[in-house]
Amino acid sequence: MAKRIEGKNLNIYYGKFLAVSNVNFTIAPNSVTAFIGPSGCGKSTVLRTLNRMHEVIAGASVQGKVLLDGDDIYESGIDPVAVRRTIGMVFQRPNPFPTMSIYDNVAAGLKLQSGRIRKSELDAVVEKSLRSANLWGEVQDRLNKPGAGLSGGQQQRLCIARAIAVAPDVLLMDEPCSALDPISTMAIEDLIRVLKKDYTIVIVTHNMQQAARISERTAFFNLAGVGQPGELVEMDDTQTIFTNPTDKRTEDYISGAFG
Amino acid sequence: MADGDLPTDLASRSTNGVTPARGGNPFASRIGGGGVGLQPAPPAAAAPVQPAALVGSAEPLAAAAPSDAPPVTGAGSPALGTPKGKVRLGDRVLLALTTGAAGFVVVLVVLVAFFLLVKSVPSILDDKVNFLTSTEWSPTPGNLRFGIAPLLYTTVVISILAMILAVPTAIGIALFITHYAPKSIARPVAYAIDLLAAIPSIIYGIWGARVLAPHLVGAQHALYHLGGVPLFKDRNVPTGSLFNGGVVLAIMILPIVTAISRDVFERTPRENIEAAWALGATKWEMVRLAVLPYGRAGVISGAMLGLGRALGETIAVFLILSKVSHFSPSMFSGGETIASKIANSASEFNDPASTGAYIAAGLVLFVLTFVVNAAARTIVNRRKDFT
Ligand SMILES: Nc1ncnc2c1ncn2[C@@H]1O[C@H](COP(=O)(O)OP(=O)(O)OP(=O)(O)O)[C@@H](O)[C@H]1O
Ligand SMILES: [Mg+2]
Repeated sequence: MAKRIEGKNLNIYYGKFLAVSNVNFTIAPNSVTAFIGPSGCGKSTVLRTLNRMHEVIAGASVQGKVLLDGDDIYESGIDPVAVRRTIGMVFQRPNPFPTMSIYDNVAAGLKLQSGRIRKSELDAVVEKSLRSANLWGEVQDRLNKPGAGLSGGQQQRLCIARAIAVAPDVLLMDEPCSALDPISTMAIEDLIRVLKKDYTIVIVTHNMQQAARISERTAFFNLAGVGQPGELVEMDDTQTIFTNPTDKRTEDYISGAFG
Repeated sequence: MADGDLPTDLASRSTNGVTPARGGNPFASRIGGGGVGLQPAPPAAAAPVQPAALVGSAEPLAAAAPSDAPPVTGAGSPALGTPKGKVRLGDRVLLALTTGAAGFVVVLVVLVAFFLLVKSVPSILDDKVNFLTSTEWSPTPGNLRFGIAPLLYTTVVISILAMILAVPTAIGIALFITHYAPKSIARPVAYAIDLLAAIPSIIYGIWGARVLAPHLVGAQHALYHLGGVPLFKDRNVPTGSLFNGGVVLAIMILPIVTAISRDVFERTPRENIEAAWALGATKWEMVRLAVLPYGRAGVISGAMLGLGRALGETIAVFLILSKVSHFSPSMFSGGETIASKIANSASEFNDPASTGAYIAAGLVLFVLTFVVNAAARTIVNRRKDFT
């Protein structure tokens, strides 16, 4: 079930280096939110704090709160493993497990979470996830072939299938199309439009047109200055951000990007 | 793997190459760039294969060139491409060197095999008992009676024992160093393990026989009482059993297996590790999903290097194992391995016939090593398309 996410006073560190400062936002359930902004401004960093992936980097830490339907995922006593099971993630580079078959890749998360699970049940989930990821038709006769043997676009859809197989509440995507050709990109954008019926989706993208095409809300991040931490400049309806932004910096960035 | 789309890229290059509409010049740059681009293409390929692949792929490209294409040097820039058929000097030298090195090893192995065969076959033919099954060993000239069975058995049992003890331990240590321990602990542990590799085997031998042996008696007793299987049955030596030898060998091969496992575990691609984390894996599940599958082939290679050392180890085994008058399959019995037997019998190498008996034993060790390595290759390659 899709959930609401709120970030409150987020300060995000790599060791002593403050990468992103004082970020606040609310993301509605069943919406698609795009994070845009120049390289190095902290989009990935913010995204990764939303499912506690930030802390797998040695020395990395987070101050502030991330509320998932009101519950702070950073509260002491909350298991990051449990958080990641409810908030799935898709990465910039497709990263299927190279030693696993297509089937096992999709089933991997499920096997972790529910231990022993009946084969028939597993089959059903694998098929459903691959269908949702719009990949079933292309792979149904080679489920036992290695996942790494697919094309880049197919691999990325495989990773999406793997992420949704465990039925998360939220799906985070960090530039999921940046390594893909236009056709695969379209396929994934279509997929995102369908998936938002069931998930809350946050997507980082450098492609303005893409943000405009698929998201309802857009957050513009920027560096406060040279050597300064990144910040959230503004967040608004995508339409507004692209046509009539409040902040001058947003306007400059967007007009620069569109020429 | 992420490089998976490279071959497609190359394929499309060569298709473009034969399209006359593209003309000769882009093609030329493709050949020129192609040589460079090709090198990293097979990430998993063994080093010696690379130059061959390089030449092999460049040739068909050149051959596929439309005959009406202008000579590639016509591009004007000397940096672009080399004329068809001409291989760069650097490539040639590299090819010659690598081929030479690989060839040298092959020739060496063939010569060793040839030597072993020539020297041992006459003695094996003269053997009054069955060389493969007999448990006797008295290669007296004129009355050659020697069988390899007990030596081979002891060699194999002691090495397997060492592997059983060392490989899981090594994997554990390597995982600890690479994924569990904080850096401040991981480093010293890694150094300590590496130091084990620097201790000469004679020290291991003396230590194993004098210091370790008495401490193993208790464990031997416990295992012995477990029961009836022949492997545990006899206890005809107080110390210096195969078990004793196996334990010391395990310690001796631990560093090499650990070092190689550590190396491959360390290289687990970050993206695979993150994929596991993002799925909600615990630490152990992450290791199981990402680290172990990635390191599998490397661990097997490391284990094989260790096994090679265990099979051939001479002086430590020679010092530790008690000799017995009658062969017993129990690992609590004494015995001799092929290598320790040969070391022990240098005084008998004065006659070609009895020397031949020992060379025959060496031949068996040679074949054994070969078989073991071939088996390991098969295991590593079995799921090759999955890596
Ligand atoms: N693992 C890390 N260790 C230390 N600093 C890091 C690490 N990852 C990112 N940073 C720093 O944090 C800041 C934000 O990086 P981040 O990757 O979030 O940017 P981004 O907006 O996603 O950029 P891009 O659009 O290029 O992906 C940068 O200054 C970067 O150098
Ligand atoms: Mg990023």
